[in-house]
Amino acid sequence: MLTATNLGILRGERVLFEGVSLSVAPGEAVVLRGANGAGKTTLLRILGGLTRPEAGQVDRRATHHWIGHREGLKPHETPRAHLKLWAQAWGSDADIDAILREMGLSRPSEVAARYLSAGQRRRTALARLMLDRRPLWLLDEPFTALDADGREQLLALVANHRQSGGAIIAAIHGDAGFVASREVTL
Amino acid sequence: MSPKPILSAFRQALGESWAGGAGALLPLGFFAGAAVLVPLGIGTEPGMLRAVGPGILWVSLALSSLVTLERIFQADVEDGALDLWLQAGAPVSAIAAAKTFAHWLTAGLPLALMSPVLALMFQAQAGIGLLTGALIYGIGGLAFFFWGGVGAALSATVRRGGLLIALIALPLYVPTAIFGSMAMRGAALGDTAPLLLAASTLFALAAAPFAMAAALRLAAD
Repeated sequence: MLTATNLGILRGERVLFEGVSLSVAPGEAVVLRGANGAGKTTLLRILGGLTRPEAGQVDRRATHHWIGHREGLKPHETPRAHLKLWAQAWGSDADIDAILREMGLSRPSEVAARYLSAGQRRRTALARLMLDRRPLWLLDEPFTALDADGREQLLALVANHRQSGGAIIAAIHGDAGFVASREVTL
Repeated sequence: MSPKPILSAFRQALGESWAGGAGALLPLGFFAGAAVLVPLGIGTEPGMLRAVGPGILWVSLALSSLVTLERIFQADVEDGALDLWLQAGAPVSAIAAAKTFAHWLTAGLPLALMSPVLALMFQAQAGIGLLTGALIYGIGGLAFFFWGGVGAALSATVRRGGLLIALIALPLYVPTAIFGSMAMRGAALGDTAPLLLAASTLFALAAAPFAMAAALRLAAD
């Protein structure tokens, strides 16, 4: 689904990483490991096509979802408005009420993002995963700010996605909570 | 390619510019304020006001178009929306153009609509000329917003990039300012000046989105 070979990137004068190769097939989950500043986010951005690597190439054969460490919510946007906007952008006719309910966002669904807690913003971003079926998910620290309940919901999403043949590449600190097919350490 | 992401970007930008609190009022206030100061500064002799009026309005329009532009791409970088738009599956240039056009609609068009009032203050003759004037300011303002958008995209990752936008955009405003004030005077080149103004705006509409797209890709890199 995605193959990356010999990726390398400079940040300033410094080589952040080089010779990184990875691939992911349907149903697999690859976990990126590394200390703070090792380049996990940068690697994900390269895989998503946001950052151009100095060396190597990425062959992405499937559409993907992107959950970055910044959620992409506008301060005035409500969770419902955010999901509606992206459903329209992606041409999806998903049931937004059901998605809000599933992510535990029914109550704050009409609250502007600037008044939401970090966990609620994160749940809103993760709810985008349900708007449109895309084979590949790129997740940057998806568990950040989530409570135990939110964590369970995300793990259920992940399990569901993998069962139906989806693939995941995620940068995660600590316990992933799901069985990784492979770990890539930077 | 589907046009849906482009429409969504347009809608989000419209919502964003109203939700900023000030919406159209901030540039309108700036426009009026800058233009009102001039008669106070140079005196109220009607002949002189009539002569300098169009020029003053062009300068005020150029400066007030810069007022709202600072945030149009910078906010997207900060809240992560830019990453989503870059991966939305539509040409980045089209998304940038849609956002800039939305900001022109909420901030630039009101400026053009207000120009007849300010022109009257500068002793312009009341009549149909005021409306053609508004049209000319509208066309010129569109070019200002698109060139200003290039400055905004280039300085999207710079904190307090407002001055930088002005430095980048003001030289690009030159053709519009020249053809625009010629069109308002209407004399030198007869009827061709409005056409030249329209041509320079069309050029801005055609070229600026690609410059914005390249700058935004660089901002996300």
